[in-house]
Amino acid sequence: MPLETPLHARHRELGARLVDFGGWDMPLHYGSQIEEHHAVRRDAGMFDVSHMRAVDIAGERATEFLRQLLANDVARLSTPGKALYSCLLNDAGGVLDDLIVYHHDARNFRLVVNAGTADKDLAWIAARAAPFGVAVTARGDLAMVAVQGPNARQKTAALLPAADRDAALALPVFAGSALGTLDGRAFIARTGYTGEDGFEIMLPAEHVLDLWNRLLAAGIRPCGLGARDTLRLEAGMNLYGNDMSEASTPLESGLAWTVAFEPPREFIGRSALAAQRAAGVPRKLVGLLLEDKGVLRAHQPVLTAAGAGEITSGTYSPTLERSIALARVPAGAADPVEVDIRGKRLRARIVRPPFVRNGKALISL
Amino acid sequence: MSSNVPAELRYTKSHEWVRRNPDGSVTVGITDHAQHALGDIVFAEAPDAGRAVAAGEACAVVESVKAASDVYSPLAGEVAGANAALGETPELINTDPYGAGWLFTLKAVDAAAVDALLDAAAYDAFLEETAE
Repeated sequence: MPLETPLHARHRELGARLVDFGGWDMPLHYGSQIEEHHAVRRDAGMFDVSHMRAVDIAGERATEFLRQLLANDVARLSTPGKALYSCLLNDAGGVLDDLIVYHHDARNFRLVVNAGTADKDLAWIAARAAPFGVAVTARGDLAMVAVQGPNARQKTAALLPAADRDAALALPVFAGSALGTLDGRAFIARTGYTGEDGFEIMLPAEHVLDLWNRLLAAGIRPCGLGARDTLRLEAGMNLYGNDMSEASTPLESGLAWTVAFEPPREFIGRSALAAQRAAGVPRKLVGLLLEDKGVLRAHQPVLTAAGAGEITSGTYSPTLERSIALARVPAGAADPVEVDIRGKRLRARIVRPPFVRNGKALISL
Repeated sequence: MSSNVPAELRYTKSHEWVRRNPDGSVTVGITDHAQHALGDIVFAEAPDAGRAVAAGEACAVVESVKAASDVYSPLAGEVAGANAALGETPELINTDPYGAGWLFTLKAVDAAAVDALLDAAAYDAFLEETAE
């Protein structure tokens, strides 16, 4: 039986087409994936992301523990509420998952991990937490809604009590805080996975239907995982399992910026990454823009003078009206490149992601 | 969910439709049910004119935002032409699947083979059967 979020019945009522995603029965779209995509780029859309798992890390040595667990350095989170994107690595430097860590205070953090990897992550984290005496608590009691788009913050904040409204609108980019409403059990953050401004809201599952309905009444369009995928790909954001996995390191995944070698600290996977860096990183993740007509898709071969690579995520970009992709290619790969689509070689160009941010194309077509 | 199934057309279980033309050729497209299931269509690739196709042969591709889907030739024949308008406006398949969203035409087809395809009532019944 696939898992269902607390909004599952509501999605059905709203006409969602449901698909399996990481073991969860989730909305793919509610009619038109492209219209949902445009709603987020131009106005405001919302996503049920309750399948993602919040994991609370608490204890005297929580900071010390996370500095060892994660490739990015939580010591960079100097102010309460700030969030950080990081990979969770294995000893070989392979990516177990990517996650967001929210900093409450030096003893309390919250991780948000992917649905499909949550059980694996929890086992990995719990096994390494014991020596630090920190508590690891999976928050299956929480639901999560992402509201994204240029008008998302204003439309969402208008629904909050006055004190919460001001606090929410004052949040800097990539920061969050507890809300006063619901006895402080709700949390709002200015984060997302679309390349647009917006909020992600975590709250007790029994309250999420009310929140969803109020957001809907405020004119925020329900959006499915289909639009979420085209939005994140336009924004140049990796999808775990597609663009990186245990078989690739962050250095081969366009994520070197998330690995904090300095200040010196021992973190899981460090020695493997340091060795790879010293030897020369053999592969890189690049953006591709298809010059010919067609649609780039995951696993299509990419042919370059430096050798072959593979598309890791590809789609039609509704904003650019062209096909775009992320591809893992040999480190020396450069234009011109070709992509083999059903036996035909089509021309593509290497571009630097993101393709689109805040509604604007960032690459020349 | 009810789909539009025009009475004058013939159908396949892989959701193509066939229209008989006065000159003996046939026009092929995908059904309203198929376009709805695929979602927003962003690319279509039809076979080249002159290509000989077998019944059931994958000969065209329709890509929605989420995936590429093969289109199978309902009949044996020779490709007479393809819908050039789909190059710039593939969404015609969504908005007018039985009209401006046609995919290709076939000539040298066996009239009896056309008759042997599903009629509208049979295709409708097939959709009912296979509905979730």
